[in-house]
Amino acid sequence: MTVSNEMNLSFESRSCNEAFARSAVSAFIAQLDPTIGELNEIRTAVSEAVTNCVVHAYRSTIGIIRINVKLTSDNAAIIRIHDNGVGIENISQAMEPLFTTASAEERTGLGFAVMQSFTDAVHVRSKPQKGTTVTLKKTLSRRFSHA
Amino acid sequence: MNPKFSFDDNSMKVQLCGEIDHHTAKTIREMTDQLIQQKRPKELRLDFSQVSFMDSSGIGLIMGRYRIMSLYGGYLKVVRVPEGLEKMMILSGLGSLNIIERREEPHDCQQ
Repeated sequence: MTVSNEMNLSFESRSCNEAFARSAVSAFIAQLDPTIGELNEIRTAVSEAVTNCVVHAYRSTIGIIRINVKLTSDNAAIIRIHDNGVGIENISQAMEPLFTTASAEERTGLGFAVMQSFTDAVHVRSKPQKGTTVTLKKTLSRRFSHA
Repeated sequence: MNPKFSFDDNSMKVQLCGEIDHHTAKTIREMTDQLIQQKRPKELRLDFSQVSFMDSSGIGLIMGRYRIMSLYGGYLKVVRVPEGLEKMMILSGLGSLNIIERREEPHDCQQ
């Protein structure tokens, strides 16, 4: 597997940037010719990860969210969403469906479950007070064979 | 995009439009809850036919309104869910609440 294309994005953790982030990532991935369904799943997974940065990592402060996307020769997209926020103490607990620390804001605790269900692999690395990196991988179907 | 509200007898309809995420859900929630408190409808209908994107914030929006309607002795219906949003609805377990209703004539979103 080799990387055929790559992009980096960095923006402030304002909630109005959630739409920007998922649109930018899906626009970049569009060159792999995904189906509408696949693109929608990527948009949703990215939206969940970025919302986690806005709601949890930076809480009431504004920090920088970085996204790196790599497209690979085997038609996969690897999306890394990184923040320098509060970090996650207990990753496996945070990834449990319905677990949330923000129920007052009607957060459902479904973020990681959605990421897992809408992509092929989710990997989380985090250090308290340092930040969190979520890596999403999704292999796209090859609809046309390229000669 | 802001939702459109309409009233019919004891029913309040919310026509949702565009993308529902953490950012937009806040405005929708505030506008909807203010009207629920004013009008105290028996039925609340959330119409998703014009929603082009929704993440789990949309599920939070539905669950929250479900609770408020139950609290006031009313009920909630989620209507005209587009195909693209079904996976999210199923994943959330909302199906077991029996609030999702499908099929109704098309209705355009007025901007």
